[in-house]
Formats: sequence, structure tokens, C-alpha cells
Amino acid sequence: MPIRSLPLLMFAVIGLVVAAEVDYPLDAPGPDGRRPGGTLTQSMPAPPLANDENKDLKRERNYPDQPPTIPHTIRGYQVDINGNKCLSCHSRANSARSQATMISITHYMDRDGQALAAVSPRRYFCTQCHVAQKEVQPLVGNSFETIDKLLQDDANAAQKP
Amino acid sequence: MQALFRLFKEYWGILWRPSVYYSLGFLTLGGFVAGIIFWGGFNTALEVTNTEKFCTSCHEMRDNVFVELKDTIHYSNRSGVRASCPDCHVPHEWTHKIARKMQASKEVWGKLFGTIDTREKFLAHRRELAEHEWARLKANDSRECRNCHNFEFMDFTRQSKRAAAMHSTSLASGQATCIDCHKGIAHKLPDMRGVPGW
Repeated sequence: MPIRSLPLLMFAVIGLVVAAEVDYPLDAPGPDGRRPGGTLTQSMPAPPLANDENKDLKRERNYPDQPPTIPHTIRGYQVDINGNKCLSCHSRANSARSQATMISITHYMDRDGQALAAVSPRRYFCTQCHVAQKEVQPLVGNSFETIDKLLQDDANAAQKP
Repeated sequence: MQALFRLFKEYWGILWRPSVYYSLGFLTLGGFVAGIIFWGGFNTALEVTNTEKFCTSCHEMRDNVFVELKDTIHYSNRSGVRASCPDCHVPHEWTHKIARKMQASKEVWGKLFGTIDTREKFLAHRRELAEHEWARLKANDSRECRNCHNFEFMDFTRQSKRAAAMHSTSLASGQATCIDCHKGIAHKLPDMRGVPGW
């Protein structure tokens, strides 16, 4: 009997030891970045929800094949098997009436470049690539320079000396 | 048939002969009071059927369309002004309201025979139901929208650019009415294949 219950006893002892160890650093300070201050276990108040940017002004793309961001709010836009609210303005047929930007012709092609009559199923869910923007400042800094900036710098450097 | 005709003739006679036992005052006042009771009762009953509570007392409405409304700006928004079912689906003006209420007797039929008493049946009928509402709002120039959204008082400078562009042209000239562009504003859309503009 005592020998049989020995493993159980040892488990209990180990458990006690683990539980008693309190100086384990569970509450490390949170990394500085998206989350302001605090420690890892601390719950910080959530920042207020920001508004959608709704200026209807096209934004510059950071690189040529970047999916353009949506310059307006898309609250309640239904995009599912039944219908696509985005396409009711941006499709090839509707863009003349709405004066919205027509979606690229690549969206009417399958992956082999074969032209289709309607928007390709793999391009159907707009917000997979195109996203609306919020009225917020970037959470982390970014030193990205566009290719145009690099070319310009290059040309300026060549002119100077 | 003969007996029925005779009965009708007898009652017609009673209606046309002057009253023998009751005074003119009693008949006048009695008629007046009865009028208040019947008309008041009719109107009260009518208004009871014109509440969100009444609409959502059936699971067909509560579990399908009312749930969808809850996500939209017509149910939950920053200022707390909201539209209830009859605000959009029943005309506010009396004549039109009665006309719509008579049409709605079809919905009682649908309830009795369980036309949309399951989610599947509702989804199967969704396009047809939506088309009824689109046709109604198209025909009356979106009257129920305009009960709250009055074009006369729209400030285009407070609208987004594309909203102002659309409202100041198509809507202003009467070429388009609210429902032409704002389908699915309060409920989920049905299968939109073949709907113009989609």
C-alpha cells in the first residue's frame, strides 16, 4: 500500500513545491508598441473605436501592385453568396452610372488569365485585399520609402556633384 | 334564397320606418356613443397591430428579419433615434395605411398556413418578399423613407462626397428614389441575381 501510493505522494509534493514558488516572473512588463505600458497580465482599458475615414479621396499606393485602400466607410455592406454591395457601384457595368472606380480587369480573369463574363470567384470578396481605413495615427513607426522616392533621390544625387 | 330575400326586406323596412319606441335624442346620443366605442375600438386594435411588439410576437419576424435589423443603423446608432417595423413597412397616412392593412391580410393567411414558418421556407421566399417591398417603395417614391429622411432638409455639405453627388443629381431630379440604391439597408439581401444595378 505505501509503495503503491508513492508516485501519487510525489506528485502531490511536486505540485506543492510548484505552487509555493511565487518569485517566478509571471508579471513581466508589456512590450512597448501597440499596447501602451502595463504588464502582461494587466488588463488595460481598450482604446475608443475610431471612425472610418470617409473622405472619398483616393490614397496613394505604396507600391504598384498594392490593392488600393477603400477611401469610404463600408458599414453594413453585404458581400456574400446573395450579392456584393461593392460591385453595385464598382463593377464594369455599374461604374459609369456611379462614377466609382471600375475594378481592375484582372478581377474578371481566372488564374490562367482566361477572361470571364463576371467577376472571378477568387476576387469576389473585396475586403480580403481592399480595406477601409480608420482615422488613427500609425501605432508603430515605419521607415518604408517608395520606389519613386528612391528614384528621385538617385536622380538628385546624380545631378549634384 | 326566397327566405333570405324576405328577411332582408323585413330589415330594410325596419331601417326605413321611423322609430316608434325610442326618442330621437336617445337614438342620436346612442349612435354617437356607439360610434365612439366602435371607431375607437377599431382604431385601437389597428394601432396594436402597428407596433414592433406585435410584429415580433411571431417567430417568423422575430427570428428572421428582426434579428437582422438589430445590426443596422436603423436599430442601433449614436443618437438613439430608431425605426421600428411599422415606421418603414406601414404608411403613416390613414388612407394609405388602411390600403396597406388590407393587403396585409395576405400575411395573416401566410401565418395560418405556415408559408414561412421555417428558416428554409423563409429563405426560399426571401426574394419574393423583398421584391414586394421594393415594388411598393418604388411605386410610392419611397414614401416611408421620406417620413424621416426629408430631401428638402438634406445638407449636402454634411454628406460624403459621393453621397452628395448622387443625392444632388439622381434623387433631386426624381430619376431615382431611395430604394433604387438603398436596398438591403435594414435587412439582409436575397439572391440578387438579375436585379438591375446589381
